[in-house]
Amino acid sequence: MTAPAGSLLAAERLRKAYGPTLALDGAEFSIHPGEVVAVMGPSGSGKSTLLHCLAGIVTPDSGTITYDGRELSAMGDARRSALRRSEFGFVFQFGQLVPELTCVENVALPLRLNGTPRKEAERAALGWMERLEVDDLAKQRPGEVSGGQGQRVAVARALVTGPRVVFADEPTGALDSLNGERVMELLTEAARSTNAAVVLVTHEARVAAYSDREIVVRDGKSRDMERAL
Amino acid sequence: MSIGHTLLGLLESGPRHGYDLKRAFDEKFGHDRPLHYGQVYSTMSRLLKNGLVVVDGIEAGGGPERKRYAITDAGITDVAQWLATPEKPEPYLQSTLYTKVVLALLTHRDAADILDTQRSEHLRSMRILTDRKRKGDLADQLICDHALFHLEADLRWLELTAARLDKLREAVAAQ
Amino acid sequence: MNALQWTRDLAMGVRFALTGGREGWTRALLTAVGVGLGVALLLLTTAIPNALAVRHEREAARTDITFVDSAPLSRADDTLLVANVGTDFRDESVRGRELEPEGPRAPLPPGVAEFPAKGEMVVSPALKELLESDSGKLLRERLPDRIAGTIAEEGLIGSSELAFYRGADGLAAHLGSGRVTRIDHFGEADEREPLDPVLLLLVVVMLVVLLMPVAVFIATAVRFGGERRDRRLAALRLVGSDSRMTRRIAAGEAMAGAVLGLLFGAGFFLIGRQLAGHAEVWHVSVFPSYLDPSPALALLVAVTVPAAAVLVTLFALRGVVIEPLGVVRTARPARRRLWWRLLLPLGGLAMLYPMFGQGNDDGEFNQYLVVGGVVLLLVGVTALLPWLVERVVTRLGTGGVSWQLAVRRLQVSSGTSARTVNGIAVAVAGAIALQMLLAGVDGDYTKDTAYDVTRAQMQVSLPEDVPVTSAAAKFGRTKGVRGVDAYSEGYLGDRREDPERSTMLTVGDCAALREIATLPSCRDGDAFAVIGAEYDTDTEKLAAPGRTLYLDPSYEGGPKSKEIPWTVPEGVKEARPRIGPTGTEQMGFLVTPKALAATAGPALTGQIYLRLDESVPDVQDLVRNTAAAVDPLASPMTWSAVERNERFTAIRTALFAGAACVLALIGASLLVSQLEQLRERRKLLSSLVAFGTRRRTLGLSVLWQTAIPIGLGLLLASAVGVTLGAVLLRMTDTTVRVDWSGVLSMTGIGAAVVLVVTLLSLPPLLRLMRPDGLRTE
Repeated sequence: MTAPAGSLLAAERLRKAYGPTLALDGAEFSIHPGEVVAVMGPSGSGKSTLLHCLAGIVTPDSGTITYDGRELSAMGDARRSALRRSEFGFVFQFGQLVPELTCVENVALPLRLNGTPRKEAERAALGWMERLEVDDLAKQRPGEVSGGQGQRVAVARALVTGPRVVFADEPTGALDSLNGERVMELLTEAARSTNAAVVLVTHEARVAAYSDREIVVRDGKSRDMERAL
Repeated sequence: MSIGHTLLGLLESGPRHGYDLKRAFDEKFGHDRPLHYGQVYSTMSRLLKNGLVVVDGIEAGGGPERKRYAITDAGITDVAQWLATPEKPEPYLQSTLYTKVVLALLTHRDAADILDTQRSEHLRSMRILTDRKRKGDLADQLICDHALFHLEADLRWLELTAARLDKLREAVAAQ
Repeated sequence: MNALQWTRDLAMGVRFALTGGREGWTRALLTAVGVGLGVALLLLTTAIPNALAVRHEREAARTDITFVDSAPLSRADDTLLVANVGTDFRDESVRGRELEPEGPRAPLPPGVAEFPAKGEMVVSPALKELLESDSGKLLRERLPDRIAGTIAEEGLIGSSELAFYRGADGLAAHLGSGRVTRIDHFGEADEREPLDPVLLLLVVVMLVVLLMPVAVFIATAVRFGGERRDRRLAALRLVGSDSRMTRRIAAGEAMAGAVLGLLFGAGFFLIGRQLAGHAEVWHVSVFPSYLDPSPALALLVAVTVPAAAVLVTLFALRGVVIEPLGVVRTARPARRRLWWRLLLPLGGLAMLYPMFGQGNDDGEFNQYLVVGGVVLLLVGVTALLPWLVERVVTRLGTGGVSWQLAVRRLQVSSGTSARTVNGIAVAVAGAIALQMLLAGVDGDYTKDTAYDVTRAQMQVSLPEDVPVTSAAAKFGRTKGVRGVDAYSEGYLGDRREDPERSTMLTVGDCAALREIATLPSCRDGDAFAVIGAEYDTDTEKLAAPGRTLYLDPSYEGGPKSKEIPWTVPEGVKEARPRIGPTGTEQMGFLVTPKALAATAGPALTGQIYLRLDESVPDVQDLVRNTAAAVDPLASPMTWSAVERNERFTAIRTALFAGAACVLALIGASLLVSQLEQLRERRKLLSSLVAFGTRRRTLGLSVLWQTAIPIGLGLLLASAVGVTLGAVLLRMTDTTVRVDWSGVLSMTGIGAAVVLVVTLLSLPPLLRLMRPDGLRTE
């Protein structure tokens, strides 16, 4: 099987083992620009590993990952890091904001890593915080804001570089349903408005309902529900 | 819930008498509502008429309870089709899903597949509801939420069942 | 609060510490090793005075040649003749004695079972080993006697002391030369020479300076693993312990670590003590048995360390609210106040002030005031540093990302980082002060010897009966000797007994004489009188040709001397004085060999000055070997341009080693807390890497995070250290001069510690940054 035409990010026959445990065993994936794809499956099924591979955080043992016509799995660490800095955005479940930096500094961080001057980076950060309705928290530190607000700050940070793919790993995992849905709404809206693709790892159906389609990972194998039907 | 498909599925493991069929059904699916014998009789005659089962033999003494039924190839295909078609997401369909899963296990089909298909169908509904909720007013949101929560409950059950398939397979095999 | 409750809670904490699974064990072990190292250092330090005292006693017990002219003993059956035949080998001294018992009851030196016969010797184990080794071959040539046995421990002052006793005869002839004595017992009444008050001040300050950081270190060590512990404490609160109970349980945990640490410390100490038996530091070695800390001090350590652990924990948890759902550090702690922090060093200065200008001459320093003042000044560092760090980091601007990460982290928890560097700051401050004091009083304790080492590098004094010319020839043939100036010297008086005027007679060839005086001309057979030499009042008056003078005149009360008459030759010429190689002007008569009657010979002793080719390996030892071959009592001496008070040198080196040890220890604790901090942030680090943060950026931020507080700490330490140094110098009445090299070297060591710690924490940092940290399962 080759990557479907027009896909932005696609993976084929991914295998990845952590020691004796096989986390991925021939998983497939593809996503188009502007698409939101939910990766579902029971815990331990390998969905996070799939996300890590797709984002170039870990290299699969075998299989290929193509991003925008380039083979991600063949790139060196430095190039993959640079890609993550500039073209990918990340939202995790928790523990991702640097506790000592203020919220606006946290949001500005990816821009600054790309060399944007501080003032400019923070101005852009503030813009995104406004869109996610957390601009009043700019000077607070992550420890001083609620979980839902923190996640919105994290979403702002994921989007601040104008990424083409946003990777979200259980972004609402630590939130109640109202806050979780608000975060999802803002994340998917913002992503759609910039035509960014979103890879959304979740085990919650109500979160997955914000996606356009879902794939199921079970025992390291993926199943694309749309194409299966 | 389709009793016809269920009885067909039970026949897949081998020909049975109508009375055996009722007992097997009650044991596996009819915990709180045992099947009335008349239902078995009428269902089997409908299946017979549609060519999904054939009468395998009649024991002396006559009477419908003495007929032995066997499934036809068309019957097997019909069961497979039924299992593969996701149920329309609506409240209280666990019993149908449960029946499908158990039947799949009994007939050595892929039960996880059934659950995945069903989840996908549920998610399709949930997406529509979520979309409506996004665009609607508060009343819409509340109405959609009600449906969403019910669907989510189904989905949780699906996940839980998926996680316990191995155990269920053992339990079904033991009976 | 009743004692029972306290005990119960503490005991529960101890149980937690010991049964907390692998993690609990690791933490307890880490604390124990940290505290153990501190305790071992404490015990060693407390044992040092005892070790020095034992050394001193041993030395006193074997004293033979006292140079004190008490009534000379006459030969008896309980007398012994002892000759000092000590020598040097490379840069080590070898204590050597020749023994000649004069009767059956002659006293045996301590540690020697039987007198060695002539041609035999008993040696210390270290010397035995040296003589039997390849590197000791040169020395073996000098000490060829058969080794008949070894000297036992009670006759030695250290495990690696080089010493021998050798059998001899005919020593009586040399009685009175200063190198041979007749004794009837070994040992002298213990008249301990009191330590010079300035040296005492140094030792006291040094102990304080070295022990303070150890205390700070122990205080840090009991807090290892603090953050995980906090979570455990929160869980305790959840199941219903109240906040005071929780604190006490935490204190109990710390105490368990500390007690375990005491055991480790005792172990480390015993190991260290054994190792000390093999080690030799600055030519000082000790036997393990010397290193016995006084029981009182050991008990004090055993009680204070766990008690301190409890107190430190309770104190540290002061600003922490332990809630059932987590630990809340009071969000914005009260701004640190300056005034009481300043009181400490000012108080210290006030305690030291009354002793300003007391110096060497005005008796002893009040030790309590000195200790109190120094302690307060140094504690002042630990009090001022958190304030300083807080003040500075809130003002630091934002630079690059790594800088921003580090600065922000410091702003949030400036206290933690200040605490970790406190130890380094105290150690450096103390060490700088001591360096300054040492450098300042250096002049007092380092004498310029007058020796002109460009003109001669060794001198050999010969006993009276050794003919100078043949000896000089032997030295001239020794490998590595470039030039020999040989002289025979004797004293002249105007009468046989109790002369009123006296001067010297020096015999040498023209070349040799030219070295010590300016001669108008010289041929063998000439004689000269040096007129106008320093301190010389008599030569001019005695230099009348034909006048009879007496060589080696007798003095009242002393034994009868040789009293050999010598006539001032006709035609004695006048010579001008010249500063000789010894740095003094030779006075008296200078005579070429032909102008001297043979009869004068016995009254003259030989002095030989040697110019050496120092590129010849072991040239000094070759010369010493020749000297030993010429006569066992010939005494070779190597000249050096300066001579240091040895005790002073030892203090200075001890300081360096001590400071280095303490800094290494603190570096270790820094590393541990650094690693712990990194582990805590594993998840965060992984997510930072996920969105593309360069490893370099994170590495640099770790560096900044240590470097900023340490930089500030070193700055403060330099300021306090220089102040304390200046105060100490004023106290000893020495000109205040900042010893910049000392400041630089100490701060340099401090900075090196930071660098090493950062480097060592990089591999685990890189490992933690791997994406595995993102896996939640």
